[in-house]
Amino acid sequence: MIKVTFIAHDASEREVEIEPNGSLMQVAKAQSVPGIDADCGGACSCATCHVFVDDDWLDKVGAIGHWEESMLGLTPDRQPNSRLSCQILLSEKLDGLVVTTPEFQF
Amino acid sequence: MNETQEVKKKNWSMVGRDAYAMPLDEIDLSHPGIWQANEYLPFLERLRREDPVHFCKLSAVGPYWSVTKYADIMQVDTSPDIYSSEPTIGILDTNVEDTYPMFIAMDPPKHDEQRKVVQGVVAPMNLKKLESVIRQRVCAILDKLPVGEKFNWVERVSIELTTQMLATLFDFPFEDRHKLTRWSDAFTAIPGRGIVESYEQRQAMIRDCLTYFTRLWNERVNSEPGSDLVSMLAHGEATRNMSPAEYLGNVMLLIVGGNDTTRNSISGGVLALNENPGEYQKLRDNPGLIPNMVSEIIRWQTPLAHMRRTAKVDTVLGGKAIKAGDKVVMWYASGNRDEEAIERANEFRIDRPDARKHLSFGFGIHRCMGNRLAEMQLRILWEEIMRRFHTVEVVGEPKRIYSSFVKGYAELPVVVRPL
Repeated sequence: MIKVTFIAHDASEREVEIEPNGSLMQVAKAQSVPGIDADCGGACSCATCHVFVDDDWLDKVGAIGHWEESMLGLTPDRQPNSRLSCQILLSEKLDGLVVTTPEFQF
Repeated sequence: MNETQEVKKKNWSMVGRDAYAMPLDEIDLSHPGIWQANEYLPFLERLRREDPVHFCKLSAVGPYWSVTKYADIMQVDTSPDIYSSEPTIGILDTNVEDTYPMFIAMDPPKHDEQRKVVQGVVAPMNLKKLESVIRQRVCAILDKLPVGEKFNWVERVSIELTTQMLATLFDFPFEDRHKLTRWSDAFTAIPGRGIVESYEQRQAMIRDCLTYFTRLWNERVNSEPGSDLVSMLAHGEATRNMSPAEYLGNVMLLIVGGNDTTRNSISGGVLALNENPGEYQKLRDNPGLIPNMVSEIIRWQTPLAHMRRTAKVDTVLGGKAIKAGDKVVMWYASGNRDEEAIERANEFRIDRPDARKHLSFGFGIHRCMGNRLAEMQLRILWEEIMRRFHTVEVVGEPKRIYSSFVKGYAELPVVVRPL
């Protein structure tokens, strides 16, 4: 099991303990984390699972892919630490991961 | 005489034909008549079952592929390197002189640059500001409706609300706002079918639109940057040196994108609830379902029936060999009824789980820019309807539009019944 913390736009925190399988988006959906819509179901095609990754974790979540970069370009609130959570694959090394969810998805 | 002319000469029609009895290769979803007559569903169903990537050789719009399954549509929409949006996303090839460059019909990198300039208008911060404006306008429109009398919902509510919204987004002179509706209708109209009489009339309307918007550009470019779309284009790094044709193209895109689509989802929702009284009752019992219902309405209506791409290279889709240059049409209206992707897809269920998983906004880099604004308009409208009316009752046959692209209504006769 690993721990992941979702910080909402109002700064409220939610820590979940999960098996490190699948993507961060899938976990967020399964745990009904508000602000993650994931309309396309994980195909990196809608940019509605946008999260901001805590700076300490940016290196560990892996690089942004070409297609993900294009989709992130569609979000008006894009930041340097923006990621699509469907493209972050969970593993033991992400134990303790902290991400912030936007107020609502674009 | 080429094949296209031959088809036109025969005045060939799909209307009134049995989808399952006719030869498969004659099925032509581009025929506007089946959409106007509300006869399109069996044709979509047969293609999904028997020939999901279907080649139509003879049609008034030339030869084209129809893609009808959710997964295949997804693949086309998310592969811009294979399926280009240039030179046009319209099913009909147009002459170069009639083609207005707009970012919906561009590939990266130009698409990305131009879209970025205007997408801020629908950023979360702006949407929040717009919410109270929308609610005021919705209330004003609903409070003026003649309770207990028959009227056309399309005209009094759907058109009025979306036109006011559009005027706000462009900071367009409010008293002239009905020009926006006329232009929007003209851009997608087929000459001689009601909205515009002739090709020349349509061109004249497009010129009027350019003249008007050029004046707005000149006003705004000389003022401080504002948060309306014209100001954004006039000051944006990637757009401030646009040619007049390119400016017009993007204005047309934003007008049609923000107008026809939401308008027809507003009408389509009323119709769907009337056709499914059990769902209407669910809504009365639990107005908290409204946000979910909004997504379901947008799926059910699918206000744009298709988008077209052009294959850039030889490729294979659903086992069919597609050649570079072939026209490939994604029928969102079909993918949204695909039982393999959406459970009980042919039922309208306002409490559907995963209601957001529909194709109406498209997927990939061309996904609808205004999707959150559209959802917000529909949500607020339904919240305010439910505060006022027991039923918006459809009291006559809806009149649908002659188009295989804009899937919508010209008339929806209703009577509103108070709580």
